[in-house]
Amino acid sequence: MPITERRLIFKNIDQPGYAIDIDCYLRHDGYKDLKKALTMKGPDIVAEVKTSGLRGRGGAGFPCGVKWGFIDPTKNTKPVYLICNADESEPGTFKDRQIIYKDPHQMLEGMIIACYANNVHLAYIYIRGEFTLGAKILEKAIAEAKAKNYLGKNICGTGYDLEIYVHRGAGAYICGEETGLIESLEGKRAYPRIKPPYFPAVLGLYMCPTIVNNVETLCNIKHIVAMGGAAYAKIGKPNNTGTRLLCVSGDVEKPGYYEFEVGALTIGQLLNDVCGGIKDGRKLKALIPGGSSAKVMKAGDRYKIKTKKPDGTMEEKEMGLEDIPLDFDTLAAAGSMAGSGGVIVMDETRDMAECLANISTFYAHESCGQCTPCREGSLWMKKITSRIANGKGHPDDVGLLKNVADNIAGRTICAFGEACAWPVQSFVEKFKNEFEAHALGTAKKSTEQKLEAV
Amino acid sequence: MNPFNHDVTAPDAPLLNVQVDGEWMQFPKGLNVIEVARRVGKFVPHYCYHPKLSIPGNCRMCLIELGTPKLDANRKPVLDAGNKPEIAWMPRPQIGCATQISEGMGIRTQSPLVEECRKGVMEFLLINHPLDCPICDQAGECKLQEYSVQYGSEGSRFTDDKVKKPKRVDIGERIVLDDERCIMCSRCIRFSKEMVKDDVLGFIDRGSHTTLAVHPGKRLDNNYSLNTVDICPVGALTSKDFRFQMRVWFLKETKSVCTGCATGCNTLIGSRENLVYRQTPRENEAVNSHWMCDQGRLGFHYIHAPERLLEPVSKVGHGKLPTPWTELIPRLAAQLRELPAGKIAIVASGRMTNEEAFLLSQIRKILGGDAVLSDIVPRKGEADGILRSADLNPNARGLELFGLSNGGQTLGQIRHGIDTGRIEALIVLHENLLGDAGWPLSTVQNVKLLVVQSILACPTSELADYILPGASFAEKRGSMINGNGRLQRLNKAISIPGQALDDWQILLQLKAALGGGNGLHTIEEVFKAMTEATPALSGLSLSRIGDLGVDLKNLPATAAK
Repeated sequence: MPITERRLIFKNIDQPGYAIDIDCYLRHDGYKDLKKALTMKGPDIVAEVKTSGLRGRGGAGFPCGVKWGFIDPTKNTKPVYLICNADESEPGTFKDRQIIYKDPHQMLEGMIIACYANNVHLAYIYIRGEFTLGAKILEKAIAEAKAKNYLGKNICGTGYDLEIYVHRGAGAYICGEETGLIESLEGKRAYPRIKPPYFPAVLGLYMCPTIVNNVETLCNIKHIVAMGGAAYAKIGKPNNTGTRLLCVSGDVEKPGYYEFEVGALTIGQLLNDVCGGIKDGRKLKALIPGGSSAKVMKAGDRYKIKTKKPDGTMEEKEMGLEDIPLDFDTLAAAGSMAGSGGVIVMDETRDMAECLANISTFYAHESCGQCTPCREGSLWMKKITSRIANGKGHPDDVGLLKNVADNIAGRTICAFGEACAWPVQSFVEKFKNEFEAHALGTAKKSTEQKLEAV
Repeated sequence: MNPFNHDVTAPDAPLLNVQVDGEWMQFPKGLNVIEVARRVGKFVPHYCYHPKLSIPGNCRMCLIELGTPKLDANRKPVLDAGNKPEIAWMPRPQIGCATQISEGMGIRTQSPLVEECRKGVMEFLLINHPLDCPICDQAGECKLQEYSVQYGSEGSRFTDDKVKKPKRVDIGERIVLDDERCIMCSRCIRFSKEMVKDDVLGFIDRGSHTTLAVHPGKRLDNNYSLNTVDICPVGALTSKDFRFQMRVWFLKETKSVCTGCATGCNTLIGSRENLVYRQTPRENEAVNSHWMCDQGRLGFHYIHAPERLLEPVSKVGHGKLPTPWTELIPRLAAQLRELPAGKIAIVASGRMTNEEAFLLSQIRKILGGDAVLSDIVPRKGEADGILRSADLNPNARGLELFGLSNGGQTLGQIRHGIDTGRIEALIVLHENLLGDAGWPLSTVQNVKLLVVQSILACPTSELADYILPGASFAEKRGSMINGNGRLQRLNKAISIPGQALDDWQILLQLKAALGGGNGLHTIEEVFKAMTEATPALSGLSLSRIGDLGVDLKNLPATAAK
């Protein structure tokens, strides 16, 4: 069976003649779903989202309906805020950018529906600082929507008011962590907050209940309203519903962004049937399935995957890397994660020590420096990995590196600790021989590239 | 005063059952894990947490194991054989500082995981630390040193170059910052912002390069800046006044009270071999919590000034001669005895102790009681809403209690008496009439018999017929009453220099020489006599005041305006 894309969110993106202005969007049935949503009651929309089983597309895969359910507008005396997290910064991820740059009104429509559903009257789009054009596009889209009364006062004559503001990020990866984002939006350093007590649903923006959703997640809201939660839940697999935007980069013939039903294709199908195979006919060596912080998976490894059968019993299947379907639960069961959908492919010519040094350099640069293990550990790991990659490692380095990562993961304020430790733990575990050979100085250099010494 | 009080709970807080290291105990609701552990004598190490500041949870040193009651299908706690809730332990360690206790919670302050966490954090904190303990003022009272010994590991696995950061940064009038020693706990930032409302400190740069700095164009110059040195767990912030002066382990610490204003902040006097090197605040929730102002803290250097009066002196003809106490006191007493009460006046000081004031009041009684005019020199400043009082005399209340003070309102009368020649003799204690009191030279010159009991030579003592060198606050034991009516105790940190005498001894000798009987030999006996004669102090003794002082319930209302 040939693998075909299921374009829900990317339906219009890259289609000839499709432009970002509101008139074009309206010609393509734009804001129709908003009008439908405005005829519904907020709690009913929340219920539909719960039924849909939509899981957050930012990285953690937390069920969106459950997140919304934490906020009870009837019990709240404070205003509820919604923030669209458009701080897409995870290396290997470039899906939200496509939506913002090529179909901004789709995102706005989803966001307005989400705000309406949760009785939000003031919302923010926190957009990555580097997306300067994207911020302008969104500003223009907001102005257009306001002019047509899809936003602002008395939306479509329903009496519902909503203002959306674009806030440009401060140029740091940590601004994408939801509580760091909130701090940044409040005008402070993006230091993630401690949880407890600062859960966004309780003590979020300005200490008010706050919903933070990813761009892709909010686009899905529009489609859930269009087709109904139950119909949406039929797309994909149980507990892994809807479509997923996949960003493929690295050593494949056709890197790029694709949209599939969640779990509808395996890693092998993605690489070979969709992306035209590994570059220059070489062999797959390793793959990171969900952005650089996801644990690396090794080609040739056998994965024991436990799945729940429809009758509730557990079943264990053994499969190779290429047979693993790309969905939340299977990737988690395989010891990695679907994360942000950034699939990074490494072929047989790649030096794993160099790849890891590259990732560790990124995380050392992006650690916010607030809490001790991440602040000190991320730079230390960069120093060790770089030295190993440069052939200047010590025999003890592999064990040391693993231990440093172990001392970070699970001990930090935010998930950055895992984000920087997981690649190190997994690379060292899966490619131990390679790292040891490097550390002992017996590795053959695969490329001429040298990393900058630190 | 404090923006946060994590170590204090409401008196009516309900008690919660919490298991600490396997033992079930009860604690009031509202406490966090560190405070709970502290109350049962267990210590959870921490750097960033301070009971009086907000909780950032950034150092990760207080990671502990935490559990909540295991719930059955009906969400009821599962009970164990001992009828106590079974605990479901979280797989990940949690920070103790930001974890408030709840019913049925389990805490492990000691376990292999907790030890491993502490070891890991210690290693991280030390890899980029300069390890310059031999030249660091904090050495000896450094949490990094202490916890390294207790929770860290031997040796280092770090072989790379350390991160370089600014050294000797002049961030304020009284503070120097060494950024390489800083462990980014943010205590100083939070103190300045939350406690003093002077938001001048912050971090710049990111990750391992994170650097503490003052905001552009700002300085850490507020009157509480030196508290940041106290709460800095490492040697990043040091006091310009104290740095490189003395290794802290050589300092003898004496519990005392600051005499800079009527607040009476509790202090520790750090001294070695009869020299005072520093004053630091001593915790007392009823007075100053953990803090004191810079002005008070640094206001001790005068005690070692070259102007210090070291021997008793009397005027002989046109010159002055050092005169032994045994000779001076009877001579002075004889001269005073010859004068009728109306011709003698006293200018006492709100810087005297209660004991001294008591003895002085007895002398006054012998000399003629109320006919001998007496007052103190008031010192007014501005209250800052934090600790500093508008009354800069530490013991104006005490002087009032013994009838020696009229809040400065009688001073004019005394001056007039001198100007008109009605008053011939003036006994001045610890005041410079030509300075703080603002009297003109002509008035002071008009005094026929001028007695000055003081610490430092001053224009007034230059004119004195008798100079009685007394003792500074650091050299005496005694008590004072602060502006809120709390009786507090000063203790002797260093000995009195030269032939100077403790003020109470001078006054006692003068009183004896005036024929006022005796029977008092020690400061404790003076205190006892004082309590017997003073209803407001009845039942107290110097030792009963304790380190933290007592509120005086029966103190007459203050006359201070």
